[in-house]
Amino acid sequence: MPKRTDIKKIMLIGSGPIVIGQGCEFDYSGVQACKVLKKEGYEIILVNSNPATIMTDPEFADRTYIEPLTADILHEIIRRERPDALLPTLGGQTGLNLAMELHGRGILKRYGTELIGAPAESINKAENRQLFKQTMLSIGLELPRSGSAHSLKTALAVAEAIGSWPLIIRPGFTLGGTGGGIAHNRGEFIDIVTRGLKASKNTEVLIEESLLGWKEFEMEVMRDKKGGSVIVCSIENLDPMGIHTGDSITVAPIQTLTDTEYQKMRDGSLRVMEAIGVETGGANVQWAVNPEDGRQIIIEMNPRVSRSSALASKATGFPIAKIAALLAVGYTLDEISNDITGETSACFEPALDYVVTKIPRFAFEKFPKADPVLGTQMKSVGEAMAIGRTFKQSFQKALRSLETGRAGFGSDGCDEKYESSDDGTLENELKTAGCDRVFYIRSAFKRGWTVEKIHELTKIDAYFLRNMEELAAFENEIASAGDISGLERDRGLFFQAKEFGYSDRQIAHILQCSESDVMKARKNLGIRPVYSVVDTCAGEFEAKTPYYYSTYGEYSEPVRPRNGRKSIMILGGGPNRIGQGIEFDYCCVHAAFALKSAGYESVMVNSNPETVSTDYDISDKLYFEPLTLEDVMNVYERENCDGVIVQFGGQTPLNLASRLSEAGADIIGTSPADIELAEDRDFFKELAAKLGINHPPGGIAYGTEDAVRVASEIGYPVLVRPSFVLGGRGMVIAYREGHLREYVDSASADSGGKPILIDRFLEDATELDVDCISDGNTVAIGAIIEHVEPAGIHSGDSAGIIPPVTISEEAEDKIRVYTCELAKHLRVCGLMNIQFAVQSGKVYIIEANPRASRTVPFASKAIGVPMAQLATKCMLGESLGNLGFTEEIKIPYTAVKEAVFPFIKFPGADAVLSPEMRSTGEVMGIDCSRGLAYLKSQLAAGNGLPESGGVFISVKDADKDAAAEIVKELFGMGFVIYATRGTSTMLYNKGIRTEAVFRISGGRPNLLDLLDEGRIQWVITTAEGGEEAMVDEIRMRSQAISRGVPTTSTVPGMFSALAGIKEKRDFGRLEVCSLQEYHRRRGRGEAR
Amino acid sequence: MRIIKLFGEFMYNWREKRLKKAVLALENGEVFSGWSFGAAVDVNGEVVFNTGMTGYEEIVSDPSYAGQFVALTAAEIGNYGTNARDMESRKLFLNGLVIQDLNYPSNYRSEKPLDVLLKEYGVPGIGGIDMRRLTKILRSEGTQKAFMHCSDKDMSGMECVKAAGMWRGLDGLDYASQVSVDKPYLWNESGVFNVTAVDFGIKYGILRRLEENDMRVTVVPAVTSAENILKMKPDGVVLSNGPADPGAVRYAMDCVKALVGKVPLMGICLGHQLFGIAMGAGYGRLKFGHHGCNHPVKNLLTGNVEITSQNHNFALEADRLPSCLELTHINLNDGTVEGVRHRSEPAFGVQYHPEAAPGPNDSAYLFAHFKEIMGR
Repeated sequence: MPKRTDIKKIMLIGSGPIVIGQGCEFDYSGVQACKVLKKEGYEIILVNSNPATIMTDPEFADRTYIEPLTADILHEIIRRERPDALLPTLGGQTGLNLAMELHGRGILKRYGTELIGAPAESINKAENRQLFKQTMLSIGLELPRSGSAHSLKTALAVAEAIGSWPLIIRPGFTLGGTGGGIAHNRGEFIDIVTRGLKASKNTEVLIEESLLGWKEFEMEVMRDKKGGSVIVCSIENLDPMGIHTGDSITVAPIQTLTDTEYQKMRDGSLRVMEAIGVETGGANVQWAVNPEDGRQIIIEMNPRVSRSSALASKATGFPIAKIAALLAVGYTLDEISNDITGETSACFEPALDYVVTKIPRFAFEKFPKADPVLGTQMKSVGEAMAIGRTFKQSFQKALRSLETGRAGFGSDGCDEKYESSDDGTLENELKTAGCDRVFYIRSAFKRGWTVEKIHELTKIDAYFLRNMEELAAFENEIASAGDISGLERDRGLFFQAKEFGYSDRQIAHILQCSESDVMKARKNLGIRPVYSVVDTCAGEFEAKTPYYYSTYGEYSEPVRPRNGRKSIMILGGGPNRIGQGIEFDYCCVHAAFALKSAGYESVMVNSNPETVSTDYDISDKLYFEPLTLEDVMNVYERENCDGVIVQFGGQTPLNLASRLSEAGADIIGTSPADIELAEDRDFFKELAAKLGINHPPGGIAYGTEDAVRVASEIGYPVLVRPSFVLGGRGMVIAYREGHLREYVDSASADSGGKPILIDRFLEDATELDVDCISDGNTVAIGAIIEHVEPAGIHSGDSAGIIPPVTISEEAEDKIRVYTCELAKHLRVCGLMNIQFAVQSGKVYIIEANPRASRTVPFASKAIGVPMAQLATKCMLGESLGNLGFTEEIKIPYTAVKEAVFPFIKFPGADAVLSPEMRSTGEVMGIDCSRGLAYLKSQLAAGNGLPESGGVFISVKDADKDAAAEIVKELFGMGFVIYATRGTSTMLYNKGIRTEAVFRISGGRPNLLDLLDEGRIQWVITTAEGGEEAMVDEIRMRSQAISRGVPTTSTVPGMFSALAGIKEKRDFGRLEVCSLQEYHRRRGRGEAR
Repeated sequence: MRIIKLFGEFMYNWREKRLKKAVLALENGEVFSGWSFGAAVDVNGEVVFNTGMTGYEEIVSDPSYAGQFVALTAAEIGNYGTNARDMESRKLFLNGLVIQDLNYPSNYRSEKPLDVLLKEYGVPGIGGIDMRRLTKILRSEGTQKAFMHCSDKDMSGMECVKAAGMWRGLDGLDYASQVSVDKPYLWNESGVFNVTAVDFGIKYGILRRLEENDMRVTVVPAVTSAENILKMKPDGVVLSNGPADPGAVRYAMDCVKALVGKVPLMGICLGHQLFGIAMGAGYGRLKFGHHGCNHPVKNLLTGNVEITSQNHNFALEADRLPSCLELTHINLNDGTVEGVRHRSEPAFGVQYHPEAAPGPNDSAYLFAHFKEIMGR
């Protein structure tokens, strides 16, 4: 059946900002869908609030709306665009929820917009627990055994009928779910049920069989409108039920099910698809299996592409999102060809002759007080995937892909913490999973604990444990070679070590030599990795797509001819983490685009399955490999690359840069030496002085006493941080000596001997980010971004505005001059990001980083210039003049970036903003009116500014006049005004009645109480200097953020917000406009 | 945990994997070195690769693999052990198993490790083989005669290659009668329809499916004549799957010819080829055959696509079908014949395995269809 011709215009919803549980996998799926639907001739309308995505690049859709993802805004867009169809299944849960809301409100019907991919009834059936249960029972699938009881006697009968421990008991109708629990035996059961019956308002308890410790599986299913269905990928969780799939180590394909069991699960998954009524597209079905008797229980299904489907696509080579989009417009699976083979049909089930392991990456170090125990709430911020010929190999590769400093499954010099723990601790760590449980497992094996014992504690399947046991034991086998020359004499052993996934670094640690000694010995023996194609068919057909992984074997795919082109490698950013995420992947993808258009061959190396960069369509060759010296150099040498780009992938490739260079790789663009030089404090200080740029006084300290000395020289408050970090890891402001001592004592413990940097903290200053490009001669400024938050909050966590608002022309001009001077003196070729601070009209330079920054995508979208692409071409030797970008672009509209935080996922963690970055994602608000742009950014970040309700205001003396003006207006608009005593008195004197409350540190009731009571819808605060005020300020902001209450902390911000609210009230709604239209206005040079 | 303790004694560790050397040699001169498991013997066979990701036990116990070495491309083998219920026949018929990695079993259904099962039936296995290298050779050069050297005997790679080349191979040999039962037996006691299944190397999966569809099945030897089959007054006859070259099973042609029109007929795999050839279809050898669980087959009558389990080296040729046969199913990957039916008589055949085992159950409807035509 051909594609549908009755629809012409399709709207797609993206998933918004990156948050825990919804990462850049939806950019990957969205990009695939946009690309393929556009190619099919459809007009694409895309909506997403996240500027760091590739999908929101203006080329990917006909009209791209970077607007808040709310039903009201989508309503506006639909009213404006009148799309024939809405495809909601590619934008994660956000997209699905919005589509349902639009459907529920009758908006889709009113405008004749058809929901394609999944009909509303199906989404409802999958999402509504009760409906889902009924549907599953109706097709004969098993759910956890359960029952309810109104007395202990019937409860015991229910327990008997269920017939196994433990049981989960939930009292019916309680406040806050109190009184429930897990009973492991009859005694506990009686206790909990008795308590639960009392707690329940209708004396009822619900009793359910516990699936904790069961094996967990997933199947990724595709279905077309004729009912043709395939399982694209099967996934087995190494971590059992009880740990969120997103936080579990997972393996593809399924390893421990017999064909009979596998087919039963497959049949069940297909039945689920049919019963839920997913007409077309992909879905994921999750199963729990009792390891004792094989009972299969359906857990849930998601009628949309998901994180797992991104993983499945990367694991198998089957582009789920792309095919889902084609199915949604009417194609059937058998009409679509398999890209990889080019000849066979897409209607098939990929066969894997390798093992894929995915390991989540956590950021607990950012949230010291958060509970680091893994459970049913997802906590990981990213993931790494690795492909190997055996589980051992892929497991070790995945562990070193995580970039947590580990070279594999232990024996890399980082095992101390695990090996030194006592048996009791070890047992606990095995029982309650934390983010590094596998390393405790290794230590347990080293201690001689058996597979049985560890299985009892972890419930991890013996298959995986035995492989880990073998690895733990194999270390001794390597050690038995004595030293590296001993190993060199035993080629079989050496080869086997590599087959088992041991990195050179691990072997070096075991044999007490250097990594380069191992590499040398290995090469002497001719032991090099071979490369295989991820081909969907286990070698049965020839693969056309160049998507590779390394392994140790006999057959290596020949290097594809590059037809006279030069070959440039791009190093990706590895797993997402806080401070290094989608923004850097965006830059890497742009580098690939630029290389292609400049006639070069691009070779992408990355280990992150969520990303667009690891789509085999993006670069000429894709290597799914860990970003380590060994793995990267192996590819570099195999491909005989002419250069490598390290400045786009964030800190990961930068940390490798100098070693890559030593190993013979040619780093193009700004040299690693110059990148390092920019980090060199003394050099930078001198350079600033030489160029006549103010630089906050600072110094380097190598210990506590040293730090105290430096701080007293430069004066408090000081900004303190370890050197070489991205995302402000471990950065604080110290207001006095005690505070400083405390920090340095704890920081030097994990700084690994690296120095600690101390700078004077500029109080009450405005920070600015500048992103620029240099070709080595000419420097062009991309954007100057003013931070909305005062200095002291990490730039990645603060809102930013293009163009700047409060900075004088004179200061701006100075910033421009300084930027150009710095770029020249740092010999920048490519991108550079500089942070400035303006204090009382005086411009200071904070730091300069000659590499891609987090703000590059935002700035690029705002000005309509693909900065990373231009930078790449500069690195290749083009001049900015030839590229036509020498003038800074002045935009006749405003773009605001706002950060999005994960605090809600970490109950217990301090929701505190600080110089340390905590946000996971960002949104952008864009509008011709500055006020509305700001309003939109807040709305998109989930802190919509109110049009009525309570406003809390606390301003410093200098701002009181301005504040009074604003409050008057707010008062007039009907807002209830709360103010701190000082502000309240001041306002009273101006004739405005407010309700006075205490400052946080001044008594109660204070702001926090009001927030708790839900009486505050907006917090306006400008902080006095000084420690106490700063602490108050930070607590205030943090509390507000964790409740989704917007906070405005600068006078210009207040005016912007007020203007926005007024405009919205006047107009009655928010207006929308596409990025392409904004960029055209820019081209026409319309006045601001 | 019960499952683990049961097999603690069977260990394949990395030392064995390094030290128990074995060789797989192909007639084209390619030599693979690996380690030995299963029976430590030397044997000839024809190498085919199977891309199924589950079902190694069903594969090794499938009589269709008689005379062959099966190379499993799935990365990890042995993970869930073996059990009596998943056996597809009374013993193992394949000549050897080629894998990449062997694991300890971990599954509640496991009764014995794969290694032990192979030893019991004297079948050698070789592990540590680079499957991509092997599949690439088979893909480009076609199915190969081979020699597996797993004994202690001292043999050079060249000697192994020679041994591979000297073997006569499978072509023209009637393996079906060798793997078939000697005398008829009743598979199950009750059923609405009486079905006679001709055993050319029948998989239990077929018998189970027939039973599930209310059929009382009698299994008869491959060499049973049409006369004797009809004497049993069956409601339908199933021509089973089986090993090797359909051209070598000449006695079956006459039998099939005599049965068509007299009794509803269903052919599976070799049985389908025999049905087609008996009706006058031409057939040939595929370059490297179809062996796996992911082959998309389009049912031309309904337009639906089913994912099928396949295992064959020979196939009917679409351009050499007689006018009495209608093409009903094709392979979406290469367009080869996957199913035919008689235009006027109740007889049909499919090249793939609707009984699955191993593989997807998408094609189970064919057994219901068979039941339906018997009921007409």
